[in-house]
Amino acid sequence: MVHFTTEEKAAVASLWAKVNVEVVGGESLARLLIVYPWTQRFFDSFGNLCSESAIMGNPKVKAHGSKVLNSFGNAIKHMDDLKGTFADLSELHCDKLHVDPENFRLLGNMILIVLATHFSKEFTPQMQAAWQKLTNAVANALAHKYH
Amino acid sequence: MSLTRAERTIVVSMWSKISTQADVIGTETLERLFSCYPQAKTYFPHFDLHSGSAQLRAHGSKVVAAVGDAVKSIDNVASALSKLSELHAYVLRVDPVNFKFLSHCLLVTLASHFPADFTADAHAAWDKFLSLVSGVLTEKYR
Repeated sequence: MVHFTTEEKAAVASLWAKVNVEVVGGESLARLLIVYPWTQRFFDSFGNLCSESAIMGNPKVKAHGSKVLNSFGNAIKHMDDLKGTFADLSELHCDKLHVDPENFRLLGNMILIVLATHFSKEFTPQMQAAWQKLTNAVANALAHKYH
Repeated sequence: MSLTRAERTIVVSMWSKISTQADVIGTETLERLFSCYPQAKTYFPHFDLHSGSAQLRAHGSKVVAAVGDAVKSIDNVASALSKLSELHAYVLRVDPVNFKFLSHCLLVTLASHFPADFTADAHAAWDKFLSLVSGVLTEKYR
C-alpha cells in the first residue's frame, strides 16, 4: 500500500485548491489524444479529433477530461485508501471499457505536464514528486481489479 | 518512427530558447528525475546529488548539451549520438526504462519554464523527439 507523508499530502492539497478542474482536466485529456494519438481509439463517439485545435476545442473532450479529473479530487480525499476508492472504477475500466492500464500512466503524466504549464515555478521538483506519486498510485489503483 | 518537417521545425525553434538556459534546464531535469524516480540514483553512487551540487550541475549541462547535439543534427540523430550510444550500451548500461523517466522530467521542466511555448503540438513534437533520442541511445544494447 502506498504511504503518503504529511508533507506530500499537504503539497498535493495546497496545489489542488488552486486547480481549475474543468480547464486542467480538459487540457490533460486533449494532450493525451494529441501526443499519443493511438489513445483516440477509446473515443470514436467524440466527433472531430482531426487536429490539435479540433481536439483542444472539442466539448466532449473537455467534459470527459473534467469528469476524470474530478475523480482525482476524490482520490485526494482518500489518499490512504486509493485501492478501495477506485475498486468500482477499476472493474468498470477492465470489464466494460477495456482500457489498457498503461493509458492511466500516460494520462497521469499529461496531468503533471499541464500542472507545470499552469503553475510554473510553483511546480517544484518536490511538488512534482508528490503529484507523481499520486498519479502513479491512482494508475495502480485503477489497474488493481484487472483480471 | 521519424519526425515530420513540422515537428523538426518546432523542436529546432524551441531549442534556440532552451539553449540560453541550458544549464538551469539540465540541473532541474535531473533534480526532478531523482526526486520522482529515486531508483535512478542507483546509477550515481559516486555523485553528490543534493540540490545545488556542482556534480549535479555539471552532469545536467552534459545531458542538455547532448540533446542540443541531437537537435543540431536532427536529420541524423543516430550519427550525432553514435559514441554516446556505444557508451550507454557497453559501459553505462542504464536500464532503458530510465530514458522514459528522464524524458518525462525534461518535458515537465520545459513546460514549467516555457508554458506559453509548450503548446500541445510542441509537447507532441518534443515527446516524439526525445523518444527518438532514447531509441538511438539504446539501439546497441543487444
